[in-house]
This record gives sequence, C-alpha cells and structure tokens, in this order.
Amino acid sequence: MDEFVNLKETELRLGLPGTDNVSEEIERVSCNKRALQGDTENETESSMMKMETCPPRKAQIVGWPPVRSSRKNIIQTKKNESDSEGGRGVYVKVSMDGAPYLRKIDLSCYKGYKELLKALEIMFNFSVGEYFEREGYKGSDFVPTYEDKDGDWMLIGDVPWEMFVCTCKRLRIMKGSEAKGLGCGV
Amino acid sequence: MDLRLPSKVLEHILSFVDSNEDRNSVSLVCKSWFETERRTRKRVIVRNCYAVTPEAVARRFPEMRSLTLKGKPHFADYNLVPDGWGGYAWPWIEAMAAKCPSLEELRLKRMVVTDECLEKIAASFKDFKVLVLTSCEGFSTDGLAAIAVACSNLRELELRECIVEDLGGDWLSYFPETLTSLVSLDFSCLDSEVKLSDLERLVSRSPNLKSLKLNRAVSLDALGSLLRLAPQLVELGTGSFSDKLDQEAVSKLSQAFSEMKELKSLSGLWDVLPEYIPLLYSVCPGLTSLNLSYATVQMPDLVELLTRCSNLQKLWVMDLIEDKGLQVVASSCKELRELRVFPSGAEGLNDTNVAMTEQGLVSVSEGCPNLESVLYFCVQFTNAAMVTIARNRPNLKCFRLCVMEPFAPDHKTQKPLDEGFKAIAERCKDLQRLSVSGLLTDKAFEYIGTHGKKLRMLSIAFAGDSDLMLHHLLSGCESLNKLEIRDCPFGDTALLENAAKLETMRSLWMSSCCVSFGACKLLSQKMPKLNVEVIDEHPLETRPDSSPVERIYIYRTLAGPRLDMPEFVWTIQKNPEIGVSHLAIK
Repeated sequence: MDEFVNLKETELRLGLPGTDNVSEEIERVSCNKRALQGDTENETESSMMKMETCPPRKAQIVGWPPVRSSRKNIIQTKKNESDSEGGRGVYVKVSMDGAPYLRKIDLSCYKGYKELLKALEIMFNFSVGEYFEREGYKGSDFVPTYEDKDGDWMLIGDVPWEMFVCTCKRLRIMKGSEAKGLGCGV
Repeated sequence: MDLRLPSKVLEHILSFVDSNEDRNSVSLVCKSWFETERRTRKRVIVRNCYAVTPEAVARRFPEMRSLTLKGKPHFADYNLVPDGWGGYAWPWIEAMAAKCPSLEELRLKRMVVTDECLEKIAASFKDFKVLVLTSCEGFSTDGLAAIAVACSNLRELELRECIVEDLGGDWLSYFPETLTSLVSLDFSCLDSEVKLSDLERLVSRSPNLKSLKLNRAVSLDALGSLLRLAPQLVELGTGSFSDKLDQEAVSKLSQAFSEMKELKSLSGLWDVLPEYIPLLYSVCPGLTSLNLSYATVQMPDLVELLTRCSNLQKLWVMDLIEDKGLQVVASSCKELRELRVFPSGAEGLNDTNVAMTEQGLVSVSEGCPNLESVLYFCVQFTNAAMVTIARNRPNLKCFRLCVMEPFAPDHKTQKPLDEGFKAIAERCKDLQRLSVSGLLTDKAFEYIGTHGKKLRMLSIAFAGDSDLMLHHLLSGCESLNKLEIRDCPFGDTALLENAAKLETMRSLWMSSCCVSFGACKLLSQKMPKLNVEVIDEHPLETRPDSSPVERIYIYRTLAGPRLDMPEFVWTIQKNPEIGVSHLAIK
C-alpha cells in the first residue's frame, strides 16, 4: 500500500546494520507498523510523519525489552547535566495553526525552553518572538502554547521547565487572532 | 453389597490431600467422589478468570476459604494489552460475597480491582484474613483504608507491583488499635509517605509480624526505629537507602540489623549508597533471598555484599553486577537456585562500562549446582555459551533469555542462536518454562518441538522464518499450556491445522504477527469451546478476511463468550456483523 512505501524512509529498523536480514525486517515491520504505533486519534497515515528531532537512538519498540514499567529508568540520570540523551521519552504532539500535519517531539531531549523553542522554530519554519514574563510573547504572530494535565491551554515558558515537562500533554502554536488572549503582545 | 466408601471416610482421607492437581484427579473418579471432593475443597485456584464463571465456581466449592484468580495475559506486563481489555475482579467478589461469605483469602494477579471491590470485600467477608494483589490496578489508597478499617482479623495485606491511585499515606492510619494479627504487610509499590508514628504503632502491636515491605518514601532513619520494633522479621523490604545519617544513627542502624536473627529475605534498597552496604553485612549469612534489582550500586560494592551470602537461594540483581560479579556469585553462593539479571539501561549511556556478557551466566551455571531458574537480560549471546550452560545445568526448569537486540545473532559466529536453544531443549529434560530471543530460524523451533516435552510455557519474540515454526511447537510440545508470541511472521496455516491443540492449552497470545482476520473467524467457527478474541485498536473500515489482525488472544473456556468486552475486542459472537469466514473450511 502506498502509505507504507512512503514511510519506509522513516521506518523503525530492527535489524543489525549490514546483516542480510535488514530488508526482510523492514518488510516485517512495515506490515506490523500499525501495531507498533501508539495513538492515532485523527491522523491519517499519509499525513503523519513521525520523525525524530533528537539524535538518532535505538528504535523504541512497544514493550521491549520486556521489563515492567517500574523497572525502567532505574538508573536515574544523575548525569542529566551533560551527556544524557534524555532517555525518558516524553513524547508530545505539536500542532501549528495552518499547518496540515502534526509533529511529535520528545521533551526530555531538551534542557530548557530556549532549546525547545529553537527546535520548534526550525521544525515549523516560523519565529516565536521574545518572551516577557508579564506580557507573554512579543514580536510575532505566533504564540507557543501547551495543554496541561488539567486540560487548560497555557503559555509556554510560565512555569519552571521541569514542571512543564511533567504537566505538558501537547503543544500548539497558535496564530493570529486566537493568540491574542494569551500572547498579548504585538 | 455396597462397596462404596462412606463419604465421611472419604472426606477424612481427602483432608490429607492438599494439592489441587491431585484433588482434580480425585474429582474425576466418579460422581460421589466428585461430590465429596468439591464439598471439602478449601483452596480454589482459577488461572484464567474467563475460563469459568464466578457463579459456577461458587456453586461447586461452597466451602471455599481461599480463592486465587488470574486475569490479563502475561504480556500485559509489558503494555501489550490495551487498557480496558478486561480482567475485572468485581463479578468474582460479588458472587463470592453472596455464595461464600466465609471466604478468608483472596489472591489476584493482573486484574482490575476497584475501590468498590475493596469496600465490598471489607463489608462481606467477616473473617477476611489475606489480600494479595499482584500487578493489579484500578484502585486507590481509599480502597486500602476500607480494608484496613474493617478487617479485624487481617493477617496479610500485600500489594506487589500494583498501579495504585495514590491519594496520600492516610490509609495506614485506618488500621484500628485493636488489630494485632498482622503477619505480612507490603506497600512497596505506593508513592506517598505514611505517617511514621502510625507505622511504628502498628508494628509494635503486631507480635506475629514476619514480613514487612516498605515503600521508597520510608527514610533510612525511620527504618532504624522500625527494625528495633520488629527484630523478628523474616522478610524485609527497606525504603530508600540513601539519606545522609550521622555517625550515631549509622551505628544504631547497624546494631538494629545485627539483632535481626531471623531475617531470610531482603529487598527494597532503593538508591542505596555504597557507604551503607556494610550495614547489611551482619544479615548476609542468613539470607536465602536477596532482591537488589532496584539497587543502583556498582559491581565492587555488590561483590562485597554477595561474598557474604553463602546461603543465598534466590538473587535478583541488575546487570551492574557484570561478569566479574557473577563469578563471585558462582564461587560464594553455592545454594543458588534462582537468578534474575535485569537491564539497568546503563549500557545505553555512553560513559558506563557495563561489562556483562554471556560469560556471567556461564560462570553461575558452572558454580551453582542447584541453579534451576534463570532470567537473564543481555545485549548479545552465543551458541557456545548456551551449550555450556545446558551441559552444566541439565536440571534447569526455567530458562528465560532476553537478548535485548532483536534478531541479534551469535556475536562470535554471526550464526542464528538455533544450536544454543537446541542444547537447552535437548539437555534440560525437565524444562517447564522457556523464553527465546535473538536471531532464530525455524530450525530452533523444530528442536524445541522435538525435545521440549515437559515445556509448559513458551515466550517468543522477533523470531522464525515462517509458519512452520508455529507448527513445530503446536504439534511437538505435548505439555504446552501457555504460548505467547510477538512480532513473528506467521500464520494462518499452522494455527488452523493445530486448532485442536488449542483446547489442551490454557491460552495462546499472538501480537504483531501475520494472522488474518479470516483465520480468526474460521478458528472461532470451528472451535466453540475457545474464546477467540481479536484485539485491534485500529481496524480498517471494511475488513477483508486477508487483513492481518493486531493481536489475537485465544483461550479455552467453559463460560462461553464473555460479556464485558470493550469496543476494540472483536469476536464473532459479539460482532456478528463481521460475518463468517470466506476461507475454505477444512
């Protein structure tokens, strides 16, 4: 099916590089891709491109290796200052008003708001303006917002970074008139 | 002349028959034996809660005192079963409350237990004594409070790796001052802090307390005072082992540990700091069970501990132990029966040298003559290692090898791991449980089918070439009871050809394989005594028979199709609109 062919480039690869089984595995994974993906609320296969914004890491397969969640990430990244790839995998969807498809990013890859916003700007090709504590974002039509655990839409940047990573459910880059209420500044 | 044994005599004889397997045999002899047996069975175990209805069980065993139930399939532990699939405890608790109010013990595994359930238990069973919940979910600490306050003869309350909505530590305070019967308390999976003074008072008034497993929130300091109150403990799960203590507190804690003459099992040890490891030295020689799987210390510290554990029978540890550490285990822990090595995730980070390979397990297999149960997570493995292990330990009963790199071949020869698993299956004649991984062809399964005659449970992931693999297993493994497979390339043919086999097994799970919708329907039509559940969260709008299903769970049952299936579970009974299979009926 066409959708599967297009997705081959971004396919999760399971085989060792250079082994003969690689292409075979891709076929296998393709036919099982449905099962491997997590949520797919409104997206159609062709419009959702799942690309990693982090440095490439090992393919993450649901339920593999077979350890219970309580055993995952026991090695606390006390070394989370420098080297870590941010392995906790806090994936959230990102939408931008006017863009036809969503993206997904791993918040644990970023060390703070600056990095996150820079990544978003590159991903969606826009500029976010400057953040002021009282007035929000000034200098742009776009306002970065997020939905928190309570279901409220909040301005990105207001709470400490760690709290944001824990409470953020999804991101939305609002544009234009809708943004006025939160963003305030132009 | 009536040659029948008077039922009173038979009853008396049966009171000595404890094993349910034997009792099951007894019940098949004749009707009167069936009747006598069922009226005297006290301990009932139902290993698939959907295999039979609660009412049928309550009717058959009116004198039931202890009920053990299992719900979700094993792969639910790894998030392969979507939420809402099933496994509800409520219907069972409701039925028992009505028919067996003398129930004293309830042990549930992988079931959905709500606060209502716990409240019902508290209200319905006057002499309730034991509640053990393993890998359960759906309840909050409020439910625990209900149990605590009402069960005046409570002996055991154990929460093993449950997912609990934690509303705070108050629940512990609900144990009344009059409760003095506690023997075992395990709240290790909860997050919130309980009030230390309440915990201390509870421990003080529980002279029979033998097992205490604290949660991470209990500090090291608090541990000291608790141990002084309960030096008779046989099993201890510590809380967090990382607070900074002053010299006096450390020596007091050391003293407390040395007073614990009965201690056999130690667990917890979250965040344990290397400098506190010596605190445990005094209890080491007495330990038979040590769970270090949450202890993030490195090999040298682990070694210090393990050299002193000469009586250890069960060891759970992370791969931080490395090959070197396992060599020490091999030379120091001669009584070892069970070894589990979990992945720390450390080898994923660039800056750690976690040197744990197949060699570690080989050492233990050489040094520990009683080793019979293994769970080993390792990045790669070799055939030679498995052959050696099989040769050393033909007494293995459980061998679960998880090569974490899917499709990883023998890292020395680049060949599939077929020969290694062949050796295991061939030599370990009593092998009952096997998990395979790494690069495997159909040959591996041919070997397992040929030799694994006592095999009861088999787990397979990312393996095999074709349908033939499944065929080998279903036609060869005579004792096969549970089979769980994920991400393998088969297969309608083997499934349909061996349909009859499925009635001799408890269950079969297959996910991300290539089983077609049509085959599921056909199997369902052919085998009315099986529940064939297609678990598919993303079905196509119009489903051709050839389309592959996401997951299939098949189990034998006397209860017929269950009535609590969610939307994403499809069966031909629940969803008659899916029609009959268009595949040829053999």
